[in-house]
Amino acid sequence: MEMTKPTAKEDTTLLDELAQKEFNRRKFLRFSGLIGVSAVALSGAGLSGCYRDNTLTGGGDDNSVNLGSGDIGVLNYAYALEQLEAAFYTQVIATPFSGISALESEYLKDIRDHEIAHREFFKAALGSNAIAGLQVDFSSINFSSRDSVLGTAKAFEDLGVAAYNGAGRLLMSTDYLTIAGKIVSVEARHAALLRDLISNGNFADLNSLSSMGASNANGLDAAMNPPDVLAIASAYVKTKIDASNLPK
Amino acid sequence: MNLKNILNEIESVDPEVYERLDTRRTTMHRFSFIGKTLALAAIPSALGSMFKKAYGQTASDVTDVLLFAYLLENLEAEFYKKIVSSFTAIGVPAGAPQAALTVIRDHEVAHVAFLKTVLNSMGTTPPTYSASSFDFSGAKGAGNGPFAAAFSNYGVMLAVAQTFEDTGVRAYKGQAPRLINNKTVLTAALQIHSVEARHASHIRQMRRNLTPGNLVPSGVTLQPWITLAQSGIDTGNASANAAIQMSYAGEDNTTQAGVNIVNIGGQTVAANEASEAFDEPLTKAQITAIVNPFIV
Repeated sequence: MEMTKPTAKEDTTLLDELAQKEFNRRKFLRFSGLIGVSAVALSGAGLSGCYRDNTLTGGGDDNSVNLGSGDIGVLNYAYALEQLEAAFYTQVIATPFSGISALESEYLKDIRDHEIAHREFFKAALGSNAIAGLQVDFSSINFSSRDSVLGTAKAFEDLGVAAYNGAGRLLMSTDYLTIAGKIVSVEARHAALLRDLISNGNFADLNSLSSMGASNANGLDAAMNPPDVLAIASAYVKTKIDASNLPK
Repeated sequence: MNLKNILNEIESVDPEVYERLDTRRTTMHRFSFIGKTLALAAIPSALGSMFKKAYGQTASDVTDVLLFAYLLENLEAEFYKKIVSSFTAIGVPAGAPQAALTVIRDHEVAHVAFLKTVLNSMGTTPPTYSASSFDFSGAKGAGNGPFAAAFSNYGVMLAVAQTFEDTGVRAYKGQAPRLINNKTVLTAALQIHSVEARHASHIRQMRRNLTPGNLVPSGVTLQPWITLAQSGIDTGNASANAAIQMSYAGEDNTTQAGVNIVNIGGQTVAANEASEAFDEPLTKAQITAIVNPFIV
């Protein structure tokens, strides 16, 4: 990950390098996007200010979805992750792990509702551009085990934080950047809580997140690119997610 | 007229032209219709105004945001530095509470150093702040404000800490759109933003565990997230409560991008959870009004 553990001494150089690398990657892709936008009409409905493009989303195959491109693609990416989280917590509440405390139950129900709210928000905002519902695969999770459930929850929340932090720069619309910001801090509140439930005091153990782009030395949280996030998330999703048209 | 050729020409002078152009929706919108709707003769002036906009705002916006963030991070860093050196006077229990506040102190100090490095790399030298730059009683230097007990009373300290953290989250959220033309700084700001949210989550858990009478209103159970516009803080002083409430104004929003979140999609989502699910931004002016009493 780009922001991994820069030392203070190297910061200036690192930032310059990052900027240059980023520019090289984005230059061509954004240019293509620019032409693409000029060639098609802007959508006036549903997602005001978002660019409709020629890439089909949803797909006709029940076992695969294409997130699409541009801001639509990024929002579908978020929608996919929120679907995963909402499905997970729905199951957690439906089949509570043995010995669940009143406190844990209260918190996990709230988190479930938040994730459902996020999922339904993206579904409504994306309208006809929304990908289909994903089929999840939770066979690796033991829902009767506190360790398994809280460990998975922590992993999902940290991954969600990393995903939103890494996706902000892919958005063109400041409106959607703000929406993403409204959600990511709630995911971070969840992540901190779950970490504390597992081991009090681990709410912001940035060293443990260094492989996801966090830097304890700079006080920076995780940030990951969509392909890296989806590589991890795909272990819990049967539906194949095609992110190849997302902005880079 | 071939727009691609124009952009290629510009790129030869400024390789970052696409970075500057491609991110502002309004600019894109205008650009996409130039060839269709404007008379050929009008294109040069349209392009000119577009580039003026693209090049005119970026650098100053980014610097302004970073300087603002630098002030806020210094405020937090000095606050927690004082806390960590005053554990006994404040009555912070040994063990997890002291460890957590130390972790947060370290992050805020790291944020200060990181932002300074970024600002320096952009050719800007930020102001020098120190402990004496701030008055954590909230009296602009007089030292006798409503939070004067912040370093001698555990409940008051945690109430101020929670307010600072929740406010910091809202501050970064509000400034993020101004960074959309600088992806590197935007990502770093988001990475700080979520760390502040983790801090807020933990401070709120610490406040939940307080014994009654530590500025937690009776009947209120603190949660890691913000319910409606509730601060979960009662100082017993109306003006101090009003000052704190400024940091929670608008958090009761349950409509996002025109979509009503309550019971959305036929799901059972109550207003409390609908408000909790989305944190809300504050403007720079709102944040400034909140932190001004703490700045000497």
